[in-house]
Amino acid sequence: MSSPDGTAPPDRPAEEPAAATEDGTGQKLDLGPVGHLGDRLFAGLARGSGGLVVAIVAFVGIFLLALAIPALADDQSSFLFSRIWEPGGDQPRFGIAAMFYTTVISSIIAMLIAVPIAIGVALFVTFYSPKRLAQPVAYAVDLLAAVPSIIYGLWGILFFAPILRPVIDGLSNALGWIPLFEKPPGDNVGVVFTASVVLAIMILPVVTAISREIFLQTPVAHREGALALGATKWEMIRMAVLPYGRSGVVSASMLGLGRALGETVAVLIILSVPNGNDPWNSSIFAGGETFASKIANNAAEFDSPEKTGAYIAAGLVLFVVTFLVNSAARIIVARSGPGGKRPRRNRRAGAPATEGASS
Amino acid sequence: MTAVAENKPVYDGQALDLTGKSGARAFKNTLATVLIVLAFVIALIPLLWILFTVVSKGYHLLLNAEWWSQSQRGITVRREGGGAYHAIMGTLIMALITAAIAVPIAVLGAIYLVEYGKGTKAARVVSFMIDILTGVPSIVAALFVYAVWITVFGFNRVGFAVSLSLVLLMLPVVLRSTEEMLKLVPDELREASYALGVPKWKTILKVVVPTAFGGIVTGVMLGLARVMGETAPLLILVGYSKNINLNPFDGFMGALPTMINQDRTELALQPAADRVWAAALTLILLVLVLNVLARLIARFSTITSK
Repeated sequence: MSSPDGTAPPDRPAEEPAAATEDGTGQKLDLGPVGHLGDRLFAGLARGSGGLVVAIVAFVGIFLLALAIPALADDQSSFLFSRIWEPGGDQPRFGIAAMFYTTVISSIIAMLIAVPIAIGVALFVTFYSPKRLAQPVAYAVDLLAAVPSIIYGLWGILFFAPILRPVIDGLSNALGWIPLFEKPPGDNVGVVFTASVVLAIMILPVVTAISREIFLQTPVAHREGALALGATKWEMIRMAVLPYGRSGVVSASMLGLGRALGETVAVLIILSVPNGNDPWNSSIFAGGETFASKIANNAAEFDSPEKTGAYIAAGLVLFVVTFLVNSAARIIVARSGPGGKRPRRNRRAGAPATEGASS
Repeated sequence: MTAVAENKPVYDGQALDLTGKSGARAFKNTLATVLIVLAFVIALIPLLWILFTVVSKGYHLLLNAEWWSQSQRGITVRREGGGAYHAIMGTLIMALITAAIAVPIAVLGAIYLVEYGKGTKAARVVSFMIDILTGVPSIVAALFVYAVWITVFGFNRVGFAVSLSLVLLMLPVVLRSTEEMLKLVPDELREASYALGVPKWKTILKVVVPTAFGGIVTGVMLGLARVMGETAPLLILVGYSKNINLNPFDGFMGALPTMINQDRTELALQPAADRVWAAALTLILLVLVLNVLARLIARFSTITSK
C-alpha cells in the first residue's frame, strides 16, 4: 500500500518524531494517520482531478490532431503557404497563409497600441494618482475587462469605426506607398486597423493589471534611493521602476498578444470578409479574416468531416501560436529580472482580481 | 569682501547643482507626467464611451417588467415588445452547468497541487497542462467540443455542448485562483489540526478550505463572469431560439450574447436596435454584478484582507 501523499511511506514511524521537531514544514504535513479510508478516498479524488486536467488537455490535443490529419492529407495545396480556402469538394485546397497574416498583424498592432498606454496607466495608478483615487481607477480599468467581447465588437463597428475613418484616410494618404498602408478602393470601415484598435482596448486591462502589480513590487529602497540622489520623478521611474519591471511588462504584453490572437467575436463583427474574387491585399486598411473569425464565420460549413477537419487544422495552428506566445511570456517571467521572482502574497494583495477578463 | 562673495557662490553653485533640476530635466519630467496622465485619460475614454452607449440606448427596455419575464416568441425584428427572459435563463443555465462541472474539478485539482502534489514531478505536469489550458482560445475550445459532440458522437447542437466547451475556459481560471488562495493558508493551521489528531482529508475539508473559502468563491465568480460573456462557443454549438427552452439537452437555446448577435444585422430597425442594446446592457449588468460580488467577497474574506 502506498501512502496517499506519495512522499512519505507509511511504514517509517521512527522518523516521524524527528521530523516533527524540525522546522521543515513539508515533513510535518504528512503526519496525519496515513491509510485512513477517508484519506485515501480524498487523496484519490484530488489526484484524480489533477489527472483529469492532464487527460483533458491531452485529449483536446490528440483529438484535434486526429481530425486534422486526414483533412491535411487530402489538401491539394500547401497548407502553410497557400492563401486559398476551398476545403470542400473532391479536390480540397486550403491554406492558412492569409488568415495567419491577418491574425498576427492585427494582434501585433493591437499590442503596439496597447502596451505604451497600459504602461502609462499602470504608472499613473501606482505613482501619480492621488492615493484615494488609485483604487477606484484600478477598478475602472479592470471593468474594461468585464465588458463582454461582443459588445466591444458592436460598439467598435457602429461608433468607433466612423471616428477612425479620418485616421485611416490620413495614414493611408501619408504612407500609402508602403504596401502595409496602401489604401484599397472603397470606403470600408471594417478593416484590420479598426479591429486592431478595438483589440488594443480589449487587451489594455490585462496588460495594465499585470504591469501595475509589478510596478508596485519595485523595492522602496530603489525608489527612495533614486529620489534621494536628486532624481526627478520621471528619472526615478526610468532608473528604478522600469528596469525592475521590464520582464514583467514584456510578459504582460505577450499575454495580451495571446489574448488578441484568439479573440473571436469582436473581430468577427468588425472585420469585413473580402470578396472571394478580389485579389488578396496585404494592407491593414483592407478587410480580412483571422483564424478565429474564419472558423466562427463558417460554422455552418462543418457538415462533412473533411471540411470540419480543415477548420480544425486552422484552429490547431491558432492553438499552437497562442501556446507559443503564452509560453514565451511565462519563460520570460520565470527566467529574467527581479520582477520575475516576486512574492506571491504581495502579488495577490496588490491586485486581488484580474481574472475577470472575458475574451 | 569680494573674495568672500566669490567664494560663496562657487560652493552654493555646487550644492544647487545636486538638488535643483536643470531646464531639460524638469522639462522631461513634466513631459512624462503629461504623457502618463494622457495615457490614463485615453484608457478611460473607451470605457466611459462604451458604458454610456450601452446604458443610454438600452436602459428603457430594462425598465419594463416584460423584459424580465417574457421571451421573444413570435416577435419579428420589426415589432416591439417581448423580453429577454429566454436569453437570461439560457445564459444562467449554461453558466450554472459549466460551474457545476468545472468547480469541483478545479477545487480538487488545486487541492492536489497545494496539499498533495507539492514539488512532485506529477504536479509540475498538471501545472503545465493548466498553463496550456489557460491559453486555449474560446473558438478552439468550441471547435474541440464540436468535433467530439457532433462530428464523432453525432449528437445535436444543444446548450450542454456549450457548457462543455465553457468548462475548458472556466477550469483554469478557478483552479489557479483556488491554488493561490490555498497557498495563503498558513501552515500553522494545518499543523495545529494534525497535532489534534485530525486526519489530513478532514484537515483540508474543515480547516484549509473554509479558511480559503472567500477567495475560492471570488475565483468562481470571476470564472462565471468570464464564461457568461463568451460568444464563440454559442455561435458554433447551439442555435439561437426565441422561445423559452430550459432543457440544455434538447433543442436550441437562447442566450444573451446570441440574442445580441441575432439582431445585430438589423440595427437600422429601431425595435431590433433597442433589443440589441438592452440585451447588451443586461449582459454587462450580469457580469458586473458577479465581478462586484467577487470583489466584495475578496475584501471581506479572512485571508486576502490580511
